[in-house]
Amino acid sequence: MAEITLVEAVRAALAHALEEDPSVIILGEDVGVDGGVFRATEGLWQRFGRDRVRDTPLSEAAIAGMAVGLAAQRFRPVVEIQFQGFIHPALDQVANHAARLRNRTRGRLTCPMVLRAPYGGGVHAPEHHSESIEAIFAHIPGLRVVIPSSPGRAYGLLLSAIRDPDPVVFFEPKRLYRAQREEVALDGAGLPLDTAFTLREGRDVSVITWGAMTRECLEAAEALAGDGIEAEVVDMATLKPYDAATLLASVRRTGRCVIVHEAPRTGGFGGEIAARIAEEALDALVAPIRRVCPPDIIPPLPKLEAAYMPTAAEICAAVREVMAWG
Amino acid sequence: MHGGKEDGEVGIQPCGDREGSDRYGIPFSRFLTPDGALSDAAPGFASDRGELAALYAGMLRTRAFDAKAVALQRTGRLGTYASSLGQEGVSVGLASAMRAEDVLIPSFREHGAQLWRGTRMEELLLYWGGDERGSDFAGPREDFPVCVPVGTQYPHAVGVAMAFTLRGEARCAVVVGGDGSTSRGDFHEALNMAGVWALPVVFLINNNQWAISVPREAQTAAATLAQKAIGAGLPGEQVDGCDVIAVRDAMERALARGRAGGGATVIECITYRLSDHTTADDATRYRDDTQVSPHWAEEPVTRLREHLVQAHGWTRQEEEELRAETHAAVEAAAQAYLDIAPQPVASIADYLFETLPPDLKAARDRVAEGGNG
Repeated sequence: MAEITLVEAVRAALAHALEEDPSVIILGEDVGVDGGVFRATEGLWQRFGRDRVRDTPLSEAAIAGMAVGLAAQRFRPVVEIQFQGFIHPALDQVANHAARLRNRTRGRLTCPMVLRAPYGGGVHAPEHHSESIEAIFAHIPGLRVVIPSSPGRAYGLLLSAIRDPDPVVFFEPKRLYRAQREEVALDGAGLPLDTAFTLREGRDVSVITWGAMTRECLEAAEALAGDGIEAEVVDMATLKPYDAATLLASVRRTGRCVIVHEAPRTGGFGGEIAARIAEEALDALVAPIRRVCPPDIIPPLPKLEAAYMPTAAEICAAVREVMAWG
Repeated sequence: MHGGKEDGEVGIQPCGDREGSDRYGIPFSRFLTPDGALSDAAPGFASDRGELAALYAGMLRTRAFDAKAVALQRTGRLGTYASSLGQEGVSVGLASAMRAEDVLIPSFREHGAQLWRGTRMEELLLYWGGDERGSDFAGPREDFPVCVPVGTQYPHAVGVAMAFTLRGEARCAVVVGGDGSTSRGDFHEALNMAGVWALPVVFLINNNQWAISVPREAQTAAATLAQKAIGAGLPGEQVDGCDVIAVRDAMERALARGRAGGGATVIECITYRLSDHTTADDATRYRDDTQVSPHWAEEPVTRLREHLVQAHGWTRQEEEELRAETHAAVEAAAQAYLDIAPQPVASIADYLFETLPPDLKAARDRVAEGGNG
């Protein structure tokens, strides 16, 4: 066991994967001698060499496209895109090729690649460094979208993502990279993909979230408990394909649902969660579903950023509102 | 520097002036003139009757396949199809230089290369007829399926070539695109990366002068497409793409260079798209027959036949036998394609992931029962 941060857990998972499987290679901008701008790959270049940990030109489209070629040749490329805001040129390769290669060749060629990118705001970063665009990727058939929310889940989910035979985008909550330390057994054990994690059990309301917002949700649940409201906090962890069974079972137990995400409201993944609940568990609801998320605005620059990020207080207010029903 | 061979023949130069500072010293090669005369500078294989007959048969097959595919489309038995009429020299020339263990990453217009490498005609028809199994061809198993989003295939070649390099294999990735694709970022990014790591890639441009309705001169101000290699630190050269000998020769040199660790090469093959862009296109909307007709005098199939007749005594009987054989093979393949039963409906979900997630499994089962998922 080691007490590590989330970014250290990412690094430990990458090191373990490089160690256990010679087909794993890491690609990206500044991932080599510099160890990545967040130091997620620190020391790996020195330990595994430049053939396994490769600095690339500044070329997101070709990095992702090259990974498709490597994966078709039975390598397992793990690509780092420096910030999610810079991932758009790679989206073409992800949507048109990585996610489709198995299907369009009926399994003749496959694409076991992972595309990692830090996402989200709240760290006073420059423009284009605070995006939360997971829903764009979750809309693409054939792709897995995974978002860890703790050091332990980052370690276990990243290992499973790398071992998965299909493409995975792995969005790391940069606000949590160094926010907490946790005991993690660095034993190479993966955590299941496509599986939600119930972070706190509660009988009154289901708070559905993922990534960095798990922190505010747990904080809100703690505050609400002081008032006798028991909130269940569910970390979806894999947004596509997602764990509908855990989601629906929780909502059926509590009859109330608050969805929390950092991405803008319209077209956010919360809409899918709400629709699924409406389709399959409407009869269990005693209150309207509420979403706590920013309005449809661009993440502000740091001076106004606080007004954008959902807070524990806002989550508490939404929970109290749905508790007023039934 | 590039090992390009210049010959004395200068015919129609459809791609700008042969001389001039804006060509950056890009070499141009042609060994076989439109009237079938072979230059003394031609490579060794060009004097081998058997080699030439094989190239001719490959081009003739490609043309016959194209004609059949268009006919099937026009009679409602094939989907939208991209003919390679006039560009058979590029397809066959590039594939004939490759080894079986190399990997082809084609555009959607290189049927001749796919057929040369062993993909069967009925498999290609299956794909163009709207069935994914056509891309699960029996061989060559590592070749990529056709690439529809123009230019997005170039970075794949970088990854494939890197895989070869990491494994220490003397294999090359050959990626093919059209003139329009060289305006895209993927093209430049891939060239740049292949240059940085000296990867064994051949970037082959089938410059057929048209990106649907946009002519070559409206695509770029560059005098040649090959000179785009220079910015990435790669050698680039032009060949007459209607001369299958020149295409194969340039490819052989580039592949040898790649295998020897010398890095990537850009080859621009100058051809002409004699057909519509696809069967969904009507080229008379943007170009006149008077523009197209002169290029029939340059096309690769007649050119090589002229040479075979003049220099190798190619007989009428040989020609008729080859045509009959080709026709029979194409007709048999078309019938084989038409006889293939459709995939089960549930297969629309079966290949999204290695193991179907529960939601997809449920959708698959609903579809299998006749629902809409």
